[in-house]
Amino acid sequence: MGERILEVENLTVDIPLAVGTLHPVQGISFHVDRGETLCIVGESGCGKSLASLAIMDLLPKRAVRRADRLVLDGKDILNLPESRMCDIRGNTMGMIFQEPMTSLNPVYTIGNQMIETLRRHRRVSVEDARDRAISLLEKVGISAAASRLGQYPHQLSGGLRQRVMIAMMLMCGPDLIIADEPTTALDVTIQAQILLLLAELQREFNMGLILITHDLGVVARIADRVAVMYAGQMVEQGSAASIFTHPAHPYTRGLLDCIPIPGKTRRGQPLGSIPGIVPSLIGTVTGCRFAARCPRVLDVCATDPPFRDGPAPGQAYRCHLDSTGSEPGAGATP
Amino acid sequence: MSDTVLEARNLTCTFMISAGAFRGRRPLHAVNGVDLTVARGEVLALVGESGCGKTTLAKIFLGLQEPSGGTVRLNGQPLSALARLDRARFVQPIFQDPYSSLNPRKTIGEIIALPLRVQGAPNPASWRSQVEDIMALVGLRPQLHDSYPNQLSGGQRQRVAIARALINKPGLVICDEPTSALDVSVQSQILNLLQDLRRDLNLTYIVISHNLAVVEHIATRVAVMYLGRIVEEADTETLFARPRHPYTAALLESVLTPDPSLGIPNTQLGATFPNPVDPPSGCAFHPRCRRATAVCAERAPRPVSLTDGTVACHLYD
Ligand SMILES: Nc1ncnc2c1ncn2[C@@H]1O[C@H](COP(=O)(O)OP(=O)(O)OP(=O)(O)O)[C@@H](O)[C@H]1O
Ligand SMILES: Nc1ncnc2c1ncn2[C@@H]1O[C@H](COP(=O)(O)OP(=O)(O)OP(=O)(O)O)[C@@H](O)[C@H]1O
Ligand code: SF4
Ligand SMILES: [Mg+2]
Ligand SMILES: [Mg+2]
Repeated sequence: MGERILEVENLTVDIPLAVGTLHPVQGISFHVDRGETLCIVGESGCGKSLASLAIMDLLPKRAVRRADRLVLDGKDILNLPESRMCDIRGNTMGMIFQEPMTSLNPVYTIGNQMIETLRRHRRVSVEDARDRAISLLEKVGISAAASRLGQYPHQLSGGLRQRVMIAMMLMCGPDLIIADEPTTALDVTIQAQILLLLAELQREFNMGLILITHDLGVVARIADRVAVMYAGQMVEQGSAASIFTHPAHPYTRGLLDCIPIPGKTRRGQPLGSIPGIVPSLIGTVTGCRFAARCPRVLDVCATDPPFRDGPAPGQAYRCHLDSTGSEPGAGATP
Repeated sequence: MSDTVLEARNLTCTFMISAGAFRGRRPLHAVNGVDLTVARGEVLALVGESGCGKTTLAKIFLGLQEPSGGTVRLNGQPLSALARLDRARFVQPIFQDPYSSLNPRKTIGEIIALPLRVQGAPNPASWRSQVEDIMALVGLRPQLHDSYPNQLSGGQRQRVAIARALINKPGLVICDEPTSALDVSVQSQILNLLQDLRRDLNLTYIVISHNLAVVEHIATRVAVMYLGRIVEEADTETLFARPRHPYTAALLESVLTPDPSLGIPNTQLGATFPNPVDPPSGCAFHPRCRRATAVCAERAPRPVSLTDGTVACHLYD
């Protein structure tokens, strides 16, 4: 893999609410290299979107962000004034939001928005920006690209809109892309094509890619590495192969048992499940966040579990059980 | 299993939609000549890209949408001849969104009992216990009886929707994307529940889903739709092992099974779903089809019955 493009250390987000403080992101750490795809997975509400907004410094106003380190391409971006952050967003760091319409302005044409994106960050003529917009639209597989420039976002189908977003994000040639559920709303046929496109462009431009999704099929096919979040924390990280072949955290294991896998699960037979619900993240939260739903919970799980090395190199997980599944302090054989 | 629950013949549904300023209104054939038979105990899955007509078809079966042509029989009786209440007793929906389909001002108990009230079910004194029974069946704690929807998790709300659909013991349940708004850990619980209930209550399902892994897991038969028509139909095993229609093949190739040793498939299927107001000539799939020949642009293929399914494609005629 290439050089490190993003380094996140101990990132925390707090949101004060009337009923107490919400802790949607609780000290997560991860990194991405150039040319690498990191997938962040986890249940709805576990903090995936807020974590990515925190990196972009686009959190809601009342949210408070803290971190030990936030380094993009070797430069600290934790303490930048908004004007400098503005230079970076859409320039070095591109983002595809969960809801495509939030990043496309309905009152401007596609062309207008793409050209402006580039001219905000680079001194180029309108003509050159327009040429680049057309070539990128063609690159993402949009036919009659020149004529699309005059269209408004609502005149495009969901699949086309998503492609336009990708093209727009590439206007400045970013080093890092953060894509939040870029294909969740799309048909499987179109999803496969958009992912293929993202993977190809990423390779071609040697970008780092963070892809947020809860579709484990997508993760398996596109990720180099996987980070699993649960209730605001990172509970496991590792290569895609290690996470899918020998997941170590009880939550990751449970998640993989829940999905029907042709050839593995039998038709009509019950699937695995994770009964129970995610704990509230308001107020003080301690101990293993997964303890209330964990099939292997121990008394010690009421205290914060340590990070441990998983069975594969680079695999780490946060649990009181060691990777052979034994209790702490117990011998390897019961 | 020869017992037919639903039979649709040559069903069409056409919407007149505005084609833009000064261009007047033009027909959109959302459902375009559909034949479908569903036998008791089956789980029939309807699959196909967004906009191909799945929900419209489901709404016709539920009596929520008037067809433009063709007939539907429920349990042998013409749908058009059934009174609303009789129809509702026989066929019930479970919709995608467990958040918006429940009235936020009613308690869980009231929501689940509503069909009994609407039907004027006999013996009102027994309603409460009927509600509690069905809540237990779908795995809702009795304490939740007096809670409101916003106090429940997504999975619990979908269980409420299921309980409400089942309280009158319908023969046929139509599930439109029953789990797509849910997390996988909740999805698996709902799928398990639907399977258990089918066995215990002898239910028949029509399931609409974008998730083909889910379809393969729960369906006994699959109908693939493209632009208002059923282009292939077969039992689940046959369809997944030997897809015949080129569109079915492309659809199945697009499925991302969670296998980290595989990459992202290239289906070479253009990403542009055709404009339903101005559909392609001949076989509507021909502009995207890898195997299209000259005849495909000229003539629409007819459905051909094979020993283990039906396919509408010139390659098989
Ligand atoms: N603006 C906000 N104000 C208060 N709470 C918020 C706000 N935005 C998000 N939250 C809460 O923070 C938590 C994390 O939200 P986030 O959007 O990061 O989840 P997510 O992992 O992206 O979920 P999903 O998979 O559903 O997109 C949730 O409990 C959510 O309700
Ligand atoms: N009330 C309506 N008026 C006009 N057009 C409609 C109406 N309802 C549906 N349509 C159109 O009919 C076609 C079929 O729509 P339908 O909702 O049945 O698709 P679907 O297969 O359920 O799609 P999805 O997977 O996105 O839910 C679409 O082109 C849609 O825009
Ligand atoms: S720490 Fe305990 S409760 Fe948490 S996942 Fe590990 S075993 Fe389960
Ligand atoms: Mg999100
Ligand atoms: Mg639909």
